[in-house]
Amino acid sequence: MNVPILQMRGITKTFPGVKALQDVTLDVNRGEVHAICGENGAGKSTLMKVLSGVYAHNTFDGDILFENEPCEFSSITDSEKRGIVIIHQELALSPYLSIAENIYLGNELANKGWVDWRKTNLEAAKLLARVGLSENPVTPIQHISVGKQQLVEIAKALSKEVKLLILDEPTAALNDEDSDHLLDLILHLKGQGVTSIIISHKLNEIRKVADAVTIIRDGKSIETLRLDQGQITQERIIRGMVGRDLESLYPDRTPNIGEEVLRIEDWTVQHPQDHSRTVVNNASLNVRKGEVVGLAGLMGAGRTELAMSVFGRTYGRAVSGKVYKYGKEIDTSTVSDAIDHGIAYATEDRKHYGLNLIEDIKRNISMAALNKLAKRGWVDGNKETTVANHYRKSMNIKAPSVAAITGKLSGGNQQKVVLSKWLFSDPDVLILDEPTRGIDVGAKFEIYTIIAELAAAGKAVIVISSELPELLGICDRIYTLSAGHITGEVPIAEATQESLMHFMTQEKE
Amino acid sequence: MSALRESLGFLTSRLRQVGIFVALILIVILFQVLTDGILLQPQNVTNLVVQNSYILILAIGMVMVIIAGHIDLSVGSIAGFIGAVAGVMIVHWGWAWWIAIPACLLVGALVGAWQGYWIAYVGIPAFIVTLAGMLIFRGLTLITLKNQQITPFPNELRALGGGFLPDISGGTSVLEWLTVILGVGGTAAILFQAIKERRVRRKFNLENEPRAWFAVKNGFIAVLMLIITFLLASYRGTPIVLIVLAVLVIVYSALMNNSIFGRHTYAIGGNLHAAELSGIKTKKVTFRLFVNMGVLAALAGLVFTARLNSAQPAGGTGFELDSIAAAFIGGAAVQGGIGTVAGAMIGGLIMGVLNNGMSILGLGTDYQQLIKGLVLLLAVAFDIFNKNRTGSGGGSSIGRRFKWKTTPPATETSTPAKAEPVVVDAK
Repeated sequence: MNVPILQMRGITKTFPGVKALQDVTLDVNRGEVHAICGENGAGKSTLMKVLSGVYAHNTFDGDILFENEPCEFSSITDSEKRGIVIIHQELALSPYLSIAENIYLGNELANKGWVDWRKTNLEAAKLLARVGLSENPVTPIQHISVGKQQLVEIAKALSKEVKLLILDEPTAALNDEDSDHLLDLILHLKGQGVTSIIISHKLNEIRKVADAVTIIRDGKSIETLRLDQGQITQERIIRGMVGRDLESLYPDRTPNIGEEVLRIEDWTVQHPQDHSRTVVNNASLNVRKGEVVGLAGLMGAGRTELAMSVFGRTYGRAVSGKVYKYGKEIDTSTVSDAIDHGIAYATEDRKHYGLNLIEDIKRNISMAALNKLAKRGWVDGNKETTVANHYRKSMNIKAPSVAAITGKLSGGNQQKVVLSKWLFSDPDVLILDEPTRGIDVGAKFEIYTIIAELAAAGKAVIVISSELPELLGICDRIYTLSAGHITGEVPIAEATQESLMHFMTQEKE
Repeated sequence: MSALRESLGFLTSRLRQVGIFVALILIVILFQVLTDGILLQPQNVTNLVVQNSYILILAIGMVMVIIAGHIDLSVGSIAGFIGAVAGVMIVHWGWAWWIAIPACLLVGALVGAWQGYWIAYVGIPAFIVTLAGMLIFRGLTLITLKNQQITPFPNELRALGGGFLPDISGGTSVLEWLTVILGVGGTAAILFQAIKERRVRRKFNLENEPRAWFAVKNGFIAVLMLIITFLLASYRGTPIVLIVLAVLVIVYSALMNNSIFGRHTYAIGGNLHAAELSGIKTKKVTFRLFVNMGVLAALAGLVFTARLNSAQPAGGTGFELDSIAAAFIGGAAVQGGIGTVAGAMIGGLIMGVLNNGMSILGLGTDYQQLIKGLVLLLAVAFDIFNKNRTGSGGGSSIGRRFKWKTTPPATETSTPAKAEPVVVDAK
């Protein structure tokens, strides 16, 4: 056994201003299933992109040895030639083409430029049998479920004579049954000699399939745990994932918590396309005046989905449950209803969902509450500028003037424009989704200070964040979400990174 | 010296707006020379205004639709259809013009509502719905007219297309005094407005245009206005349709800049998701935009019919292309979110001067279309080039040389945009 198939040594990958990976080591043995664990943003996917040639060999430092030969990949094609195939979390299948066509897409079984359909469908059927999928190869992809599409991806990988299969969060989009089937298949392929790397933070999955686990934290490889040495335990993995110091600074605040402002009860949301998946399951939570409540959860736990479905049903279908404000049930089924009821939601993706990047600061700030500046449908431009200038000063938005285009601002300043926009709508409840994503440390502290001031001013604040130290630093109470369920509610005094991660990885049956 | 440099820097940062204006002037000068001065003869200037008025009216609605990220291919057919409807109402049924005109505008609104419903509430792309509309309303035009033109129209309606404001001097003066009064008054109003706006901007600490540029620009506009006034006044005075157009431009510019409706239009075109998540009722806004487009198309149809003094089966053919071209030459962005009514007007005038100048030169429609097509292509190509130049991407060396002047200094250097791939891992 224990023959290394892959050795990655001293991998360092830098993006302008940020070290995404720092001296990472990864050893994978032939024929094993190797899990890679880490928090959101730890660098797992970046590492896999380095390995598969998405980032060309001259854009990072370090060495990759595959089957004892050095690798210098310039593209995915290069790595696939050597038998390394990556399956991304977002499946790369063309919905209108058949299963067989998808399997051989870009790799067609052709004779002098003409596709040999008989051979294509025949070979595809053989591959489908190998992955245990009983579908006709000519069926269009869109007619089979996401779980089966995942299997088609694996069949596609097998068609390329895969030696090392990389799966990036393969079960994130699958229901339980499909997940089990997929994990069985990975073990089955292992029996046929295919080595797999699986990125996952579902600990029960890892326990089921992994022979070894490498933990990545903040772009560094922390340690590799091996099953045969009895090291793969939940506690050990959690400790490795969260063992980060509370390095950022947080503003001091003395919470002054009052009555309950918002309560969400029995909130259930279905996935908009995949009807078999329940994205948020019977979640109940509340937030009080002057309180900062955290929502912690790993990828796919349903945090954003919960927030957006509450905020005007902007996510999901078959949303059910009740929302109460000051004890009275309210209707938040459209965004303008939600805003009228004093709810604001600042998105995690400010470039795509938060800002009009080609418009200036003042018009972005006024966007959600133009009627406050208008009489009979006409906007008072001077008042608008005054308001924008006020927020530029109070939020410390660094820009030549409020007529500056938001697309040209830095991430931190853009985030302040988003916050200004929602503050101007004068909400009682602010839901801030990843408020510090993509922002440098200095600006982060400013955002924390703003959150603290909002709470001090009597607003109820819900913060969704992937960074546990951040939640521990600014919240009064933290809910944990896992697979759509609320698995814990922890007062800040009792919360630690370990205890939160425990709840975040807990699976409710 | 520093003022000059400041102005130069400003000009390069506003290359698009300045460029379009300069282009119009160059084209005017070019044709003035090529046509031996016929282009700017009083009668021809009057013709130019009247000939292009319906395209300009359409361009107002079109630029709004384009700002919201849509398109409307049906406006030519709608204009033709409304012309037919007006013919039936006025000539066949004998309706008075003051009943028929509002009735026609109402029919235009209904047509717009029909298309707006499919686009906004059913979610069919505007391209498809209005392509269908182009066929549907051309068909209805033919049905309404039974394939024959309807003529003649009463003088009151014809005035909308070819009429002039009354001569208050009773024909004794060389210049039409009413036109002179309107022209000089309008010029004064524009200058007054510009100075007021500059004051307000200074008061609120917004960047202003450099003083030199401000003076040159507004001086130039004023001179231009006065020249046009003089030319119009020395022929037959102010065309009534010019007054209609001026009112529309003022009202719609204000609407797009200062009304909630206009702001929401820009917001939808700039980022639909962000607009939705800001509580903007995007479907309602889209629906209203197409209703508005229908009304303006109806107005354009009335003006056109009035000018020809007949409702014709082929009336309005090709108007959609001219008005779309006007909007894009005038700086509207294909992706939506960017564009102005004033820009569309200049774009429309460029097309108009090209049409008129080439007609005087005796160029056939074959070459006219060829040249107009190239102008449209170059204008949008210039846009793309300009965007690449000022954008974060590479761009030309000229662009880079000017960059320090044209982009404000980075305020936070520690957060480069390229830091994103790290975040990708999280989602």
